[in-house]
Amino acid sequence: MDTALPARVAPTTVAPAPWGRVRRSRHVANQALKIICTLFTILGATVLGWILLMLLYEGIGGLSPAVFTETTPGPGSQGGGIANALVGSLILTFLGIVVATPVGVLAGTYLAEYGKGSKLAEIIRFVNDILLAAPSILIGLFVYMLMVQPMGGYSGWAGGVALAIIAVPVIVRTTEDMLRLVPGSLREAGAALGAPMSTVIIHISWKAARAGMVTGILLATARIAGETAPLLFTALNNNFWFNPTLMGGVSNLPVMIFQFALSPYENWRELAWAGALIITMSILALSVVARLLLRKDKAR
Amino acid sequence: MVALSQERLVSSAASPARRSPPPGRDRLFRLASLGSALLVLIVLAGILGSMIYGGLPAFREFGLGFITSSVWNVNEDQYGAWVAIVGTLSTALIALVIGVPLSLGIAIFLTQLCPPWLKRPVATTIELLAAVPSIIYGMWGLFVFAPLFANYVQIPVSNIVEGMPIVGTILYARTPSGVGILTAGIILAIMIIPFIASIARDILDQIPSVLRESAYGIGCTTWEVVRNVLLPQAGVSIIGAIMLGLGRALGETMAVTFVVGNANRLSGSIFDPGSTIASRIANEFNEAIGLQLNALMALGCILFLVTFAVLVLARLLVSRVKVG
Repeated sequence: MDTALPARVAPTTVAPAPWGRVRRSRHVANQALKIICTLFTILGATVLGWILLMLLYEGIGGLSPAVFTETTPGPGSQGGGIANALVGSLILTFLGIVVATPVGVLAGTYLAEYGKGSKLAEIIRFVNDILLAAPSILIGLFVYMLMVQPMGGYSGWAGGVALAIIAVPVIVRTTEDMLRLVPGSLREAGAALGAPMSTVIIHISWKAARAGMVTGILLATARIAGETAPLLFTALNNNFWFNPTLMGGVSNLPVMIFQFALSPYENWRELAWAGALIITMSILALSVVARLLLRKDKAR
Repeated sequence: MVALSQERLVSSAASPARRSPPPGRDRLFRLASLGSALLVLIVLAGILGSMIYGGLPAFREFGLGFITSSVWNVNEDQYGAWVAIVGTLSTALIALVIGVPLSLGIAIFLTQLCPPWLKRPVATTIELLAAVPSIIYGMWGLFVFAPLFANYVQIPVSNIVEGMPIVGTILYARTPSGVGILTAGIILAIMIIPFIASIARDILDQIPSVLRESAYGIGCTTWEVVRNVLLPQAGVSIIGAIMLGLGRALGETMAVTFVVGNANRLSGSIFDPGSTIASRIANEFNEAIGLQLNALMALGCILFLVTFAVLVLARLLVSRVKVG
């Protein structure tokens, strides 16, 4: 409908104009807009393609079984892998999501179910939107003050909490949005059967909004999996297998990439590219899967 | 097993029609969700509090001079934020100058020009730009973009403008290495595109199509519809979207750290390396002790206040139009 309209109108604007210059200038301006906007969009898509091609070109040569089995090499030594960084990243991301999911889902539930229209909910929504866009490095500094300094050293726990703080606003936002889409009549039906509010929320609202909420959690996972800045001062990095208690530096992909990419050693740089390829592809795949999940649910 | 069935018997005997959950659960659930929601507030307050607490010694030591001084000397324990503040503002400004037209163009393409079958793939592609980790932008910027930029932009432009007044200063690269304030601005521009474009697209989509249809109906071209109907209608909330992008650009860390050059000097040229608040914190924090750590915290405090103000403004502008 929307797109059919300009087409229908087109003949009057493109038609050979007896008026001369005025018509022509309008036509030119219109064509210019169309061409420029299309070019800008192509440019945006090109950059994404360019980045992916760069990662494939530089990273695929470095992918070998050793990458997944060996730990990061010391300065000047040959070979090596990034197994410890991969595992560390998985643990930190998992930790972040495990902490963030209950908090985010409950807070989003409060905003959508309990706090509808209340002043407090409005403030929290506002603050959440700000946290959503807050510089992640400041969250790193905050967790440094909160956990690293008092505990006397870097730890994976601090890294997990820093990532959780980044994930929570994402989950709050999507949970609230998705719960708002659940029709009120469903809740009323539940309440009419005598179910208390918590039962209505858990068994009706959450169930109805499940796909959207899972999407939010997946998107939050994608968001924190590649975060570097908050880990610099919390989990730091570690060139060996980290302590199973997660105390001391915990190796992780983003910080490993940061340190290795700028290093003078050939094999370090190669590992950084391999790590960059792995992390970017996983995150993009996760984002696409999250989108598909939501779309499939909407179509149903 | 026996105990279980007995208990069930008892409870069903008490209220045969209804098996209600344990009485405290409803209250507990409500409190838990309220508590989680309050946690969001507490975290924001905590971030501000820790920045102020950590930065206070530096503010106390240098006073207002901390903001205006451009000295950052670790050996003499003298710290001033001016270079980093200028770097942060100039990279963010460049990012807006380049990124806003691009984002708006993409939003207009997606809402007005794009054939329906192409809409979804294109929109997803642009949104995926936001999913690429910022460190990857940094690597792309440093290893791919910077060499090209040095060879095809910095060197030719420097040769042309050398000796000219004003332009000869702003666009002259003393060491054309490709990294610098302008490169950081360009990378930031690409990074904020998905954020501005997706909000601008939502705003344009929300404008009632009757308005657009009537403009087309009186013979407007697409350009005239965009210029005279859509943009005035979207107006303030587009500015809000831009402010959101600005908030992102101000605090972006890793990508900037790769390409800004991390130099601590004030230069008149946007081709020269500089540093931003975030890049300085990322570079120095782990080795910092004593007053340097406080100074970095104070930098973080400044960054927090600036982005906070920008984001609050952005939210107010975006939400006002949505309601009205």
